[in-house]
Amino acid sequence: MIKIANVSKHYGDFKVLTDCTTEVSKGEVIVVCGPSGSGKSTLIKCVNGLEPFQSGEIIVNGISVGDPKTNLSKLRAHVGMVFQNFELFPHMSITENLSVAQIKVLKRGKDEAMEKGLALLDRVGLKEHAHKYPGQLSGGQQQRVAIARALAMDPICMLFDEPTSALDPEMVNEVLDVMTELAQEGMTMMCVTHEMGFARRVADRVIFMDRGQIVEDDDKEAFFQNPRSERAQQFLAKILQH
Amino acid sequence: MTYQWNWGVFLQPSATGDDTYLGWMFAGLKMTLALSLSAWVVALLLGAVVGVLRTVPNKTLAGLATAYVELFRNIPLLVQLFIWYFVLPELLPTSLGDAFKQSHPVFQQFLASMLCLGLFTSARVAEQVRAGINSLPRGQKNAGLALGLTLPQTYRFVMMPMAFRLIVPPLTSEFLNIFKNSAVCSTIGLLELAAQGRQLVDYTAQPFESFIAVTVAYMAINVIVMTLMKRVEDKARVPGYMGGK
Repeated sequence: MIKIANVSKHYGDFKVLTDCTTEVSKGEVIVVCGPSGSGKSTLIKCVNGLEPFQSGEIIVNGISVGDPKTNLSKLRAHVGMVFQNFELFPHMSITENLSVAQIKVLKRGKDEAMEKGLALLDRVGLKEHAHKYPGQLSGGQQQRVAIARALAMDPICMLFDEPTSALDPEMVNEVLDVMTELAQEGMTMMCVTHEMGFARRVADRVIFMDRGQIVEDDDKEAFFQNPRSERAQQFLAKILQH
Repeated sequence: MTYQWNWGVFLQPSATGDDTYLGWMFAGLKMTLALSLSAWVVALLLGAVVGVLRTVPNKTLAGLATAYVELFRNIPLLVQLFIWYFVLPELLPTSLGDAFKQSHPVFQQFLASMLCLGLFTSARVAEQVRAGINSLPRGQKNAGLALGLTLPQTYRFVMMPMAFRLIVPPLTSEFLNIFKNSAVCSTIGLLELAAQGRQLVDYTAQPFESFIAVTVAYMAINVIVMTLMKRVEDKARVPGYMGGK
């Protein structure tokens, strides 16, 4: 589904990504973790072309992301993405947030888009908030709407870029629950997250990044029980302490 | 000081006999309104386009937009007006220049004034628009693109609606400025409000009454503009965002 081969990216002399290679198959759930500044967010943004990269190749569903001839908008329409800061459109009501891309990109009719949006809103447990605006919802609620907004496009896979990092601790779980449910339904997911509990419960594989490189790419059992690299051991030791 | 106040002067028939002096004032007011409002339309449309172009990834377009802003922002308004009115018609192709010079004098003055004020203000509006767009969280653009919207669609549906809401207060200032700046156009002979005031002084020798009337008229315009823009501001307020309910 997603194939990342020898991807490198640099800003001037600063290397953000060095020779990253991995793969996500259909229905797989991958968690990408690592210290901040390790390039995990950049990597995930390369997958739908929000960040350009200088060398290597990324193939999503058979389409090359780096190819200048690729219609990126068309590709992105079917690759859902959820952001750290939710990024709902503040001037639109929740239902408008859910339907705008369906109407403008997928050319769905207004009623159809609305119906689909409301169904997904119900699924993330927020049906009664349909008429509100993003600024009137809590962070956790906004992030659930953002997930519903991405799902409304019938994505073939979902990218999560630290979806719970900007949330109050109390709201983390409501978002993780939605993500877990999604994973269990067989959605292909690539999640940048520090939620190791989520990784343990849901992930098939864990990728550990450090300084722009993929240091570890393992089944979750192998990763948690005996990480091969020293850097990953240190990382796990620190974050699993509490 | 022995000044003879005479507020009745406005009701006297004017020297040319076809109107009262109050009528002159109203003619000037109408001209100021027509000029400023039409220039404002030009400024808003061009300013929006140029402001957006300053923020696009395409370096050539962004560079051109920057050049436009710097050109119109860095030359005094009065000099620009003289260029539009006196210089440019000479530089046009002969037929076009002649057509302009043979048109009605008021039309010549009005067109030059409108373009001058409109383009001058558009550079300032463009800067507001650019600032508005740049003040949006960067993720907003990514969120639009990630949903499959094209860059123009992302501007149209995601970024512009928020950017314009954010810049209503500075735009109000620009809207007020355009009425005040329009007084400069009296220098090329356009009979707008300030020019009518001065003409009244020449004919009646009642400068205090004339300029008090002009002052009150400008203030009345701007109070109306401010009230109007306050309404726009309230209407544009986003629930749960920036003081919105």
